[in-house]
This record gives sequence, structure tokens and C-alpha cells, in this order.
Amino acid sequence: MEIYLDHAATTYVLPEVKREMDRYFSEEYGNPGSFNSIGLRAKEALDDARKRIADLLEAEPREIIFTGSGTESINLAIKGVARALKKKGNHIITTKIEHHAVLDTCEYLETEEGFKVTYLDVDKYGLINLNQLKKSITPKTILITVMYANNEIGTVQPVHEIGRIAHENGVLFHTDACQAAGFMDVNAKNLNVDLMSLNSSKLYGPKGIGLLYLKNGTPIKPIIHGGGQEFGLRSGTENVPLIVGFAKALELAQHTRERESARLTKLRDRLIKGIIDEIPKTFLNGHPTKRLPNNANITFLDVEGEAVLLHLNQHGMCASSGSACTSKTLDPSHVILATGLPYEAAHGSIRFSLGKSTTEEDVDKVIKVLPGIIRNLRSISPVKVELSEVNR
Amino acid sequence: MNDVKGKQGQKWFYTDTVKDHFFNPRNILKTQEEVDKYKADGVGIVGSPACGDMMRIWIKMDKKHDRIKECKFQTFGCASAIASTSVLTVMVTENGGMKLDDALKLKPHDITNRLEGLPARKIHCSVLGDKALRAAINDYFRKSGQIDRIVEDGAKVIDKILKITDRDIEEAVLEGAHTFEQLQKKTKIGIQDKSCIPEAKELLETFKKKYFG
Repeated sequence: MEIYLDHAATTYVLPEVKREMDRYFSEEYGNPGSFNSIGLRAKEALDDARKRIADLLEAEPREIIFTGSGTESINLAIKGVARALKKKGNHIITTKIEHHAVLDTCEYLETEEGFKVTYLDVDKYGLINLNQLKKSITPKTILITVMYANNEIGTVQPVHEIGRIAHENGVLFHTDACQAAGFMDVNAKNLNVDLMSLNSSKLYGPKGIGLLYLKNGTPIKPIIHGGGQEFGLRSGTENVPLIVGFAKALELAQHTRERESARLTKLRDRLIKGIIDEIPKTFLNGHPTKRLPNNANITFLDVEGEAVLLHLNQHGMCASSGSACTSKTLDPSHVILATGLPYEAAHGSIRFSLGKSTTEEDVDKVIKVLPGIIRNLRSISPVKVELSEVNR
Repeated sequence: MNDVKGKQGQKWFYTDTVKDHFFNPRNILKTQEEVDKYKADGVGIVGSPACGDMMRIWIKMDKKHDRIKECKFQTFGCASAIASTSVLTVMVTENGGMKLDDALKLKPHDITNRLEGLPARKIHCSVLGDKALRAAINDYFRKSGQIDRIVEDGAKVIDKILKITDRDIEEAVLEGAHTFEQLQKKTKIGIQDKSCIPEAKELLETFKKKYFG
């Protein structure tokens, strides 16, 4: 049996979620847009799911737009707002550590549609500087988009404060909450957000379904055109079974999040301490406390991440890496580099992301196996970098 | 064992030979003490920790027959980098050791063939192996006074303004640049020196064919 420590990549679907979805595949298969009883029942299921999610976000049902993924929600938020407000301004502010869904969308708007984008720096813990944010706002700024919690290093940004700054300056604020929703408050009012992207596949819900919270009155244009579903913002027949599953998964996640966060925080800290105590020349990436309860991202100097992953996998342990070798571009993680680590230290980071299935026993097994793996790889490595050389 | 997948979802399919050499690398100098004690006739280093791969190769010579007697290595890098160097050390020392003239002719695809293939985006790891070996052999030539035998990897400047060479183009292709736009993004070639674009495009095609068929 494998030990799965890659929950930030995706989670399994909880049985109770799957059960709730089941009947909407072949029994209640209607199109919510059809004017007949089968379609009507599908419409009821859709409305019910939307209402349940709206309640969790302290929002109105009208403010929930279902999409096909977190990535699509982010695309809709950024492109949609930028295009709706292009007469007002052409400046967007984001950070250097966003997910590629945000970064690549911003880059697209820069190269193809004439927008200007400011990419905020982060400190060594991955936190943005609110003063830099304030100074970056210009009369042309139309949107600030800053992630809630980082997918690689787990750092949680002061979303509420960012929202306040945005609104004081009359700028819209979007947050990518895809990693946060399982552990943090997603109450849109508390968070001061105008737009918020969520997805289901990190919450023990099905893949292929996301949503955009869109505060009433927020100017936006659709990026997908057609039958006018989702209040004209996301055409295409609604995916009722996935939407129902998403609603159930988000309910369960939000209802258990405090207890589960407390449990995982303990395990996370046990893992971090265990690894750092046992293995020299090793340090934590991200903030020690302002981080997701399930994220432990650790750099091992003098070794390369993919090699570590392969050894871990040989021991039945699944983790993830910011190493160049596991990325498409063969560049090391932009997030790790943005925290100020030099290239020679950026190749050896491993992300362990814990979840519902994780036990203390799993964590202890990793702590037991890892020192040997690192010792082995270091013994064949010609690289000798010292902690002092990388400012950690 | 389970095949590990890339972040983008594609299967990596490391062959059994790659895995064997990764999990049980041959001909390693394990500690600094072993390195210090090892009386090599030539040493070669290529890559850097900053770019994610670095290897060091030591050779001992059967000088009478001009053959490689022993070949040791250390590698910092991913599984394919480690496996490429390991299998290379075996190739040059088996059957009484490889003649230096033959060793100098080793090409990246000789290494990948012996590994029964590497994923396309990992081919660059095998390139470093044969470069490190040539560096070690040249070091031996230098130390043994055979200066006339030194084979330098000559590089030709293509972009006259940014001083981008054919080697840089080769490197970029191996790192995944398969269109001119991608090449330009990686190297900035042809942005200022527009006259070099046709030659750069030709080289791009040549290297693509050389490594990816």
C-alpha cells in the first residue's frame, strides 16, 4: 500500500461524495435547461448545489459560477475582468509565486491584449509586502490577483488586508483559493474578495469542476460563448453530477476543516521537525506558521529533487518536487526562486502534502526512510553547498 | 515498481536499465576520502549545480594500449543523469577497456541506446556524460604531454551581437526548444542580430534531427 503525500496535487473522492453524485449519471441525467420534468429535476439538483455552496461562502446563489476547473475559473476571473474594464485601465497586479493558471493568463494578456502586469516580490517566507502592493497601484490598475495559499510552499497570504487595500483604491480583488479551501475560511465577506476561484479536486471531490465566486455587480465578460448557461458567463450544459459532488465535498471540507487542520498541523510539524533534525543541510521552504496545515516543503542541499522522488517512490511513498526535471520547462520552481534561493539550491526541494488518509505512522515511515536516501544521493554527488551560502 | 509520472501527466517510462543504473550506480567514488586517494590520470567536470546537473568523471589509463582501465564518477542530477554517467563508465571499461580514439567518438545516442532509451526531454542528461568523459580524456592528454591529441569542443558564434554559439543552440534544443520561437525565448537569439536567423533556424532543425530523429 502506497503512502500518498501528494494531496496538493489531487485528492481521492470521498465515498459519501461519490454516492451523492451517482444518481445524476444515468438516473437523473437531465439537462437543467430542458423544459420537461427530467430537466426540471436536474435543474433542482443544480440549484440546490449552488445554494449549498453559496451558504458556505456567505454569498448569494447568483454569485456562484460553475466552471470546468480551478484553472478555468482563474482564466474567467482575470480575462473576464480585464476585458470588461479595459476602457477604465490596463494594469493588473499579481505576484511572482502564483500558479501558472494566473501567471500564464497574465502573460497572455500582456503579449496579446496590451495589458501591463506588475509581479509583486515575496520575502524568503513567500509573503508579499503590503507596502509594495500599495505603491504598485496606479490610476490604471483594474485588478489585483493574489493567491490565498501557495500550492508549492503553502504560504498563506493576508487576503483580508489585500482586499482592504484593493477596495480603498477602487480596485477589484481576485484570489485563487484552490489550495486553501480545504483548510481555511472561504467566507467571501470575511475575505474581502470580489472574485474567488475554487476547485473540487483538492477537496476530496471530483475532478473537472471548479467555481468562480463573483460578487454581484462585478464587471466581467465571458470567455466561453454559447447557450448562455451560468448567468451567461459559462456556456455549456451544466455538469450536474460533478456540481452535486463539488457541493457535497465543499460542505464536508468546511465542516471538518478546523478539526482536520489541527490534526494535520501536528503531523506536518512532526514531519518537518523529524526531517530537519535527522538530516543535515536541510531546511523548510515557506513560512513556519503562516502555512497550509498539510504542506511541508523541504530543500535538501546537494541532491536533485527527481532523484529523491524516485527513491521515495521505490519505498512506496508518493511526494512531489519543484525540481527542474519534473517540470516541462526544465527550469526549477519559480516559487522557490522567488523566495530568494539561488539556483544551486533550488533543484532539491520536495513537497509533502498531507491529507485525510495520512497517519502518524506514515509520517514516521518517511522520517525513517529519508535520511538513507539523502545520504546515498549525497555520497554520489560532486556538489557541496553549505547552508550559509544560501542564506537559510 | 511504479512508474513515476511528470507534473504534466506524461509517463516517463524509465527503462529497467535506467532504473538499474540509478538505484545501483556503478563505479562511484563515494567519499571525499576516496576522491582524495584516487590517483586519476584525467578528471573532467561538466555542468553546474545551478543548472541542475553536474558530473565529474575520473579515468585511469592503460597507457601502453591507450585504453581506459578504470572510470569513476560522481553525479548531481536526476535519475537519467545518474544512470547516463553510470552506464558510460561501464561502456568505456568493459572488454579490457575502450580505446581512447573510440571513447572520443562516443555520442549521446550511444549512451541512450545502451540505456534502452531516455524520455525525449531527458536526452540532455546523456549529453553531459560524454562531454565529461571528453573533458577527462583531454585532461589526461594535457597531463601526459599529448597536447596534439586534445580535442576541444569548438563553438561557432552565430548571433554576433549576443555572442550566442551553435553550442548554445544545441543546448536549448536539448532543453526542449523545438520551434524558433521557443529557441528565441530561451536564448534571445536573433532579437538584435536579425541576420543570423536563417542560420539559427537551420541549426535548430539539424540538432532536432540529431537528437530526436
